[in-house]
Amino acid sequence: MTASKTTSTTAGKKAVPMVRAEGVHKSFGSAHILKGIDLEVAPKEVFCLIGPSGSGKSTFLRCINHLEKVNAGRLSVDGELVGYRERDGKLYELRDREVAARRRDIGMVFQRFNLFPHMTAVENIMEAPIQVKGESKAAARERATKLLDRVGLADKAANYPSQLSGGQQQRVAIARALAMEPKLMLFDEPTSALDPELVGDVLDVMKDLAADGMTMIVVTHEMGFAREVGDSLVFMDDGVVVESGHPREVLGNPQHERTKSFLSKVL
Amino acid sequence: MSVDVDKPAQPPADAPPSPPEPIRAIPVRHYGRWIAALAVLAVLFLLVRAFAAGNVNWGAIPEYLFNADILKGLRNTLLITLLSMVIGIVLGVILAVMRQSKNPVTSTVAWFYVWFFRGTPVYVQLFLWFNLGLVFQYIDIMPIYKDEWSDFMTPFLCALLGLGLNEAAYMAEICRAGLNAVDEGQTEAAHALGMSHGKTLRRIIVPQAMRVIVPPTGNEVINMLKTSSLVIAVQYYDLLQAAQNVGRDSGVVVEMLILAAAWYLIATTVLSIGQYYLERYYARGSSRQLPPTPFQRLKAKLSGGPNRAGGAA
Repeated sequence: MTASKTTSTTAGKKAVPMVRAEGVHKSFGSAHILKGIDLEVAPKEVFCLIGPSGSGKSTFLRCINHLEKVNAGRLSVDGELVGYRERDGKLYELRDREVAARRRDIGMVFQRFNLFPHMTAVENIMEAPIQVKGESKAAARERATKLLDRVGLADKAANYPSQLSGGQQQRVAIARALAMEPKLMLFDEPTSALDPELVGDVLDVMKDLAADGMTMIVVTHEMGFAREVGDSLVFMDDGVVVESGHPREVLGNPQHERTKSFLSKVL
Repeated sequence: MSVDVDKPAQPPADAPPSPPEPIRAIPVRHYGRWIAALAVLAVLFLLVRAFAAGNVNWGAIPEYLFNADILKGLRNTLLITLLSMVIGIVLGVILAVMRQSKNPVTSTVAWFYVWFFRGTPVYVQLFLWFNLGLVFQYIDIMPIYKDEWSDFMTPFLCALLGLGLNEAAYMAEICRAGLNAVDEGQTEAAHALGMSHGKTLRRIIVPQAMRVIVPPTGNEVINMLKTSSLVIAVQYYDLLQAAQNVGRDSGVVVEMLILAAAWYLIATTVLSIGQYYLERYYARGSSRQLPPTPFQRLKAKLSGGPNRAGGAA
């Protein structure tokens, strides 16, 4: 798995990985969704997760910021275990407040946007910096305005989400996540709920982020984006990593039967 | 509609075609509607005439409209309605949160509370509070207060507890429905931003749940205003009690009942208007464009605003 990291943008010897998963398992009742995931995401890397629906990509993504609890294995972000503290060889569950504190540094973008419908675009972006970081209203508004400008929506600040198109909502959602100045961004099929002609705007914002050196884990069906922007790519099926490597290699020359048959359907 | 306003009335031949001629047709005559309207009006007329000619001393109603006793009863009715609703809402929110708690004891207790108070008539509950002195002879909060139960449990307190605790059961169900109506993705998005449970509830979930909670709560307030007339069971001096007393003393029993009905109607009308504006406030963001209020519509009409807004822009 780690052998394929040659193209990663990190120079010289390896720093602490941003995300490291070792034998991660997750089940919902009797449904075994993740069956031992091992992978590493280096800082500043754009890491793409592809695979058929139900393969566990989204579940794995949600485990990273502890929206789902891992059943077995170890999962750490920037050297810190997700959801637990380790002392004297024992694991201690984190309190809700500690879990929340760790989530501050991890931005997440959802398939269905999940903007707060009772707040305008700019208020959506200001909410967490004010409520979580205790920023002043003026400072939060100033940065929110800049972020809106960055995603190309400076003129939509006063609009409610219901007055925005899907693509605009998703760009506000990205700005909202960026407002917390995260060190890692998780994208859960960010363009799957969009009309085809709106996908490009959202991908452009993501490309811009990648160029800025943001560490990103992207669950996606946009093979073009993965090929163009991705540093590594993992193909998951039925709760396991089937194949991984540089996007161009995996997409251009898949080694496994399952990868081949999946790619033949989506490309 | 095009924007070329200052073009001559007769457009040149190569200009875009003028708007098509509207259809001129003779509308369908709805004779049935006319007959139905006349029948309804006739029945109304007969009813009004019967009441006017009946043995009702109509003059007594305006005479007693602002009678001191009636006003005192009205004030008590409004007071007990307001306070019972406050108890009902506060306790209802607590019960709704308890119901969703992961602690099995708190959620079960909340379930039993709703089961009991919703399952018995409020009239019976009022009587129970009134007669609870048979169970507790003294009330003894050691250092601060000690008294006989019957002295402590005044008609006011009986009415307040009876109505408020009963209302809490209904409000708990309304709040629970409201909280459940908010999409789970909202909680996830707030948590992913690092917001705590409490902040998520207060800043994200409750404001959205309000849109679902406010309309039935408005109904509950209006309902409570009328249900409060049951406090006659515990000797509380409310509007109905006052109307009956005045009616008995002055020999205008039916007139005072009509008067009480009028006051109830006025109060519920005022409350309905308040509810309308409250709903509007919590609907922001949920629909693209809020419809104008009746007041705004009236203002627009008076100022002779654009009577055809479509087409342009």
